[in-house]
This record gives sequence, C-alpha cells and structure tokens, in this order.
Amino acid sequence: MNNTVKNAIGREIPLFIEGIGKLKAFQGAYNNMPEGLKHGTKLTRAFKGGEKCLWDLKDSLKKCGIKDGMTLSFHHHFRNGDFLVNQVIDEVAKMGIKDITIFASSLQGVHKPLIEHIKNGVVTGIETSGIRGELGEAITKDHILKKPVIIRSHGGRPRAIAAGDSKIDIAFLAAPAADRYGNVNGVEGPTACGSMGYAMADAEYAEKVVVVTDYLVDYPATPVSIPQTLVDYVVKVEKIGDPTGIVSGATRITKNPLELMIAEEASKAVIASGLVKEGFSFQAGTGGPSLAVAHFLRKKMVQDGIKGSFAAGGTTGYLVDMLNEGLFKTLLDVQCFDLKAVESIKTNPNHVEMSADFYANPHNKGCVANQLDIMILSATEIDVDFNVNVITGSNGVIMGASGGHSDTAAGAKLSIVVAPLLRGRLPIIVDEVTTVITPGETIDAVVTERGVAVNPARKELEDQFRAAGLNVMSIEELKAMAEKLTGKPERINTSGEIVGLVEYRDGTIIDVIRRVVE
Amino acid sequence: MRSLRRTMLFVPANNPNMMVNAVVFRPDAIIFDLEDAIALREKDSARDLLVEALKTVDYEGIEILVRVNPLYTPFGETDVRELVKAGLRNIRLPMTETKEDIEKLDALLWELEKENDIEPGSVKILGAIETAKGVINAPGIATASTRMVGISFGAEDFTRTIGAERSKGGQELFVARSQIVLAAAAAGIDAIDTVFADVEDIEGFRREVESAKALGFAGKSVIHPSQIPVVHDVFTPTMEEVEKALRVMQAIEDAEKRGLGVISLDGKMVDAPVVARAAKVVRLAKGAKIL
Repeated sequence: MNNTVKNAIGREIPLFIEGIGKLKAFQGAYNNMPEGLKHGTKLTRAFKGGEKCLWDLKDSLKKCGIKDGMTLSFHHHFRNGDFLVNQVIDEVAKMGIKDITIFASSLQGVHKPLIEHIKNGVVTGIETSGIRGELGEAITKDHILKKPVIIRSHGGRPRAIAAGDSKIDIAFLAAPAADRYGNVNGVEGPTACGSMGYAMADAEYAEKVVVVTDYLVDYPATPVSIPQTLVDYVVKVEKIGDPTGIVSGATRITKNPLELMIAEEASKAVIASGLVKEGFSFQAGTGGPSLAVAHFLRKKMVQDGIKGSFAAGGTTGYLVDMLNEGLFKTLLDVQCFDLKAVESIKTNPNHVEMSADFYANPHNKGCVANQLDIMILSATEIDVDFNVNVITGSNGVIMGASGGHSDTAAGAKLSIVVAPLLRGRLPIIVDEVTTVITPGETIDAVVTERGVAVNPARKELEDQFRAAGLNVMSIEELKAMAEKLTGKPERINTSGEIVGLVEYRDGTIIDVIRRVVE
Repeated sequence: MRSLRRTMLFVPANNPNMMVNAVVFRPDAIIFDLEDAIALREKDSARDLLVEALKTVDYEGIEILVRVNPLYTPFGETDVRELVKAGLRNIRLPMTETKEDIEKLDALLWELEKENDIEPGSVKILGAIETAKGVINAPGIATASTRMVGISFGAEDFTRTIGAERSKGGQELFVARSQIVLAAAAAGIDAIDTVFADVEDIEGFRREVESAKALGFAGKSVIHPSQIPVVHDVFTPTMEEVEKALRVMQAIEDAEKRGLGVISLDGKMVDAPVVARAAKVVRLAKGAKIL
C-alpha cells in the first residue's frame, strides 16, 4: 500500500503512483508555487523549398519515430465529430506499437473504440479534461486502464505541458484547413470549428507536430492559427471529422422554465454584487441555466446602457449577438460552440481567438481567467463546503469534464454556481461531493430555484444579496430542503483501486476517482 | 381571508419532476390533473403517485386541487376516495353539466368526511363547465353545494359543443364567459377563465387575460409556468386603486369604532359592493406583494 496524505480539503491522496510517479497533494487554491524552467524542444532547421506533405498517417507515424511508450496528443475542437483519435490509434495498433499515452484536451462518446485498444495494451495511459460515454464507464467500472486517468482543467493542461509534467512526443492536430507547409486555421473547410485554442500548446511544446486535414488550401493558409514554424508534417486524409458532431447551427437560450428561473435569480445576484458596470467582463459555462444568465444580463445592459469589456471562454451565437449589439467590446474565444460563432470569429476582428494558455494557465504571467469579473458555472454536485463536482455522475462514473471550471472559479472576482436543487430524483447539494474538481474556497455562491447560498467567507456578498431581496439561506438549509423531497442518497460503493487522479490547475492532486463496484 | 385564485397551474399527475417543482413558480393554486393529461392505462399509477406526493411534498401554502376523472367514468369515485383520504381538500370536477353532477360529488364527500373523520363540509369543489349545457345550467351548478368555491370555464370542449371554431378574437365565447362570471358572482364564488393553449404566444395570452379580468373573472387556468407572471401582472391593481381601497377599508374601521351603521367616504355612501371591491383590491395587492 502506498503512503497517502490528506490534502487541504481533506481528501486522501497517494504520494506515489506506479507509472505516473510522485504526486503533490493540493494545498489550497493559491498556495502552490511553480519551480524550475519551461520544457523545451530540440532545435531544428528547415531547408529551402521543402516538403512537409506525407502520404498517410502511417507514414507520419514512421517519420516521427513512433515507438512503444510514447505520448500522443490531440485536441477536442471536433467534439463528438472527431475521427482523428480513432484513425491514429488504429494505425498505431496495426503497427504493433504498445503502451501509448493519449494526451487529449477531452474525449467524447465517439472515442469508444479506445476501450479495445486499452484492453489490448496499445493504450495504457490517458490524460484529458473529460471523458464522456462508454469509455468513462469502462474505466471507472471495469478498471480497464491500470494507470489512473489524469483529469486536468483547460488551464492545467497547458501548464502541465509547459512545465514538462507531460511530454508530448507527437501532437496530431486535426485541422479544418491547412496548407502544404503546415499553416492551420479553424475557420474554413467542411469541418470548420472556429477557434483552435486547445491545440496551440501542443503545437508549441510537442517534439513532433503532425497536421492532419481533409481540406488542403493554397499556401499560405490565412488566417494562421497554428503556424508553419511549429509543424513537422502535413497529412491529407479523406475525412477528419463529421461536421454534424462538431457544431450546431446556433445555440439557443433554454426554454425550460425552471432553468430560466434559476438564471433570472442568478442574474439578480450578479447585479446585486455591483459588478455589472461599464467595462465589466463575463463568462458563462455551457448548460441550460448558465447561458440563460447572459440573456437576463443583456436586458439589464440594454436598459442601463452598460457596455462590457469582454466575454470569454467557449462562445455561442448568443454571445456573438451581444458583441454585434455593442454590449461587449471583445469576445475572447478558446472554443466555438456553434456555426454562428465560427462565422463571427472568421469575420469580426473583435472576436479574438485565444489559446488555452492565454485563457487559463495559472503558471504563466497572466491569463484571461484572472481578468474575469463574473463567472457563471454549472455543477453536477455541490457540497456543504461549496466544493463542486463536474466530472463524475451520481453513480460515481466518469461522465463529464473538468473544463475551465476550476480555472475561472479561481480567477474571477465573483464565481456563481447555478444548478437546480434536484436533478430527477437526486439532490444536487450533498454532504460531500463524489469528486472535487473545484475547491469551495473559489466558489462564492450557489443559486438554485428555491434559494441562494453564499460562501460564509463572502459575508459582504450575503448582505448585498439580502438587500436585493434574494432568498438567501445557508447551504445546509438548501441541502435539507432537497433531502426532504428526495431522502439522503446512498453512498456509492467503491473499491480501493484508483482509476483517476484529479489534478488541480496548479499541478497538485485535489482528488482521486475510485473504481465503482455495483 | 378569501383565497386568491389568479392562476391555477395544471400539472399532469404522472410527472414527478413537475409535481415537486411546480411550487417554485408560485401560482396561486396547482391543479394536479388525473383526467385529460393521463392516458387510460396510467390512471391508477398516476393516482398512486399523487397520493404519495400529497402526503410528502410541502406545497408551502399554495392551494392544491385535483382534476379528478368525471364520476361517470370507472376512475372518478376512486380518485375522490383515495385523494381525500390522502389529505386533498379541493376537487375540480370536470365536465360539470348540471347541479346533479355536483350533488353526486357532494354526497360522496359527506360520506368520505364521515368515514375518515374529516371536518364535515371542509372538502371544497370547483365545477368545471365545458359544454353548452353546462353554461346554460351555470347558476344551478354554482349554488348546488355549500362546498362550491368556484366555477371554471373550458373553452376547448365548449366550442366543439356549439359547433364553432375557436378564434383569436373569442367572440364565440363571449356569452358563455359572461354567463359564468354572472353565475359565480351571484353565488359569491370565483369564476376562473379557460386555458390558453399556445404557450409561445405570450402577447396573445396577455390580451386574453386582460379580457378575462375586464369581464370579471377572478383568474385563469394556466398550462405553463411562463404564463403565471403575465396573469399576476395583469391582475395587479394600480397604486391609485390600492390607495382608494385602503381608504374604504379605513372608513369601515372608523365607522365600526364609532358604532355607525352607515359608512360614508368623501360625502358618498359606501355600500356592500364597494366594500367587497375594496377588499378584493387589497387581496390582489397583497398577492402581488405591492402592499
């Protein structure tokens, strides 16, 4: 049995894991000082003319010197429409390579074939922000991966890359459009996905970078999101993704009356905080009530003639409308969620692409998350210490993603979680969340349809909310209200086996995910 | 004080999520529906679910009604029996056409109250009038039992029984709606207007609520939470109306203190309808939280 230690939020953390190495326990959201130098890649040179185009993926794997034990990276801008992860790993398997670590910015339902590759020993490690679908289930229930999955936030990932915690041997970049010399953008071609924010750190720090596209354009591809200076090879394949799985037409505001009610209450809370004023900045997570908060703030901004500085994060058509109406000066965009956002980032100079590093890395010289005034977050579970879970479901199975949750909560002046008090027959507020992604010290308030709870550390906020007529109560009262309707949920049965490590954005371990036994 | 019934929100009794959450939208009343919203094969399970909900959920003072199945169906009587036993005190009887329909329910309720040791007469009835025959018989229905707290109008079935189409202008409903308001007013109970089916058309809905208020309805049956704030807004009195009503109430109090039988305000006599109107405005103002 390994030595373990209780971290700053009381979670039992191992100090060493075979195949991963030494671990550092979470010490509080702002307490871990980074040390050392940035990771570097080998110097290289290119000759006059030069040809980067290769025949196929196999060719690229050979040229990059693929061998057992390597780490391959991927981005998730294609979401559930991604073909590349499966194509590359299928090829790797055919070549008889084993012991690969997949270093992805996120994994989706479409990546289910990885289950077989894991069982066959082709893939032995996964580092990602999230896992959806059957792969998450196989990892949490069947423990198919002997080395725990490492879950990182969107800011923690570029931090880990720059720090050399994760060394990428080959980065495979699915490119909606690219030229033969490796310049990439995300705004053209059949799989246009807009911002390429999550792929940028990979391109910068990987030993080898392979651009894969099904839409080769004349040199130079402009605009340039990922430049030729970082790219070793270009491969054209028939198809890299399914556009229908990548982006929808335009994201609409929820019509669910309960979600609208939560959003309206949250907007009242945000306004009561006094932060909605000329030049303010705003971000809202995806999910029903979060985006709807923007809808209610928009009314306030129009009514009072307030113009914001920027809205950030993953963007939707709704935020684009607000930009076009002059309600925000700029959109800072790491990921586009719909076609309207893609079109906007292509044509509007005030809609700016940003890297995940620029967005949320806590160990650079300043990220956008630190400039946020207001952050609206969603949650799968919240506990009485305000810790938030967005990775495991009520059954303990990995089904979500860490995303920018902990990054923006730590950076924003005001971070508010919006969630229904009940989801189906389950209470959302619990004694202890199954898995902590975001520590309670970085969450200021929780808004539900039946009441608002303020973190006791933010007394002044509580006074402001009360003065605005919000139904403020303690988080214990909210929990009791939910449990009165649902009863207390039974604890999930887990074994001692650790199937996942949740890394906080600063590289320390905030929680572990254990195998679920039925 | 008489209950406000500006909004009566229909909630299908087979949707546990809505049955628990309806309360957060703060309608004046919730009507759990066992009739039209529930398929034949689900009648029993929905009733069982509702019985449990009535025993478990705290409805925070919101008036709870159940639209039971008509007593002439195989489900109606069991609905009433089970739910009254579970604590239900308000029944909305659909397809009420004659005073005998009410009397039948009334008799069943006396029996149940006795059986279950419930205060006699405490279970109330709201009769839903949905046919031409029912409209003609509205005065008899409204006074058929001491349990009556209101009658409501259902336009969908009504237009079918008179062979008309439902129009946006609603002229085909005008006489029926007025007849129901008159019958209710004469009986001293509430008249509740029909539902408005197009939940997307909030402007059309607002116009219909305004016309209902103008005709004298106490409120409206609603089928979606988004309709609730619209009704409450329309039924919120102006500050001028509230101030006038408060002065009337004050004049009554002063007159009572001084032992005067005749009350006057600004040189005019204040008679019973004026007092009733003032009391209603005060109730509405309190309901709208402006008083």
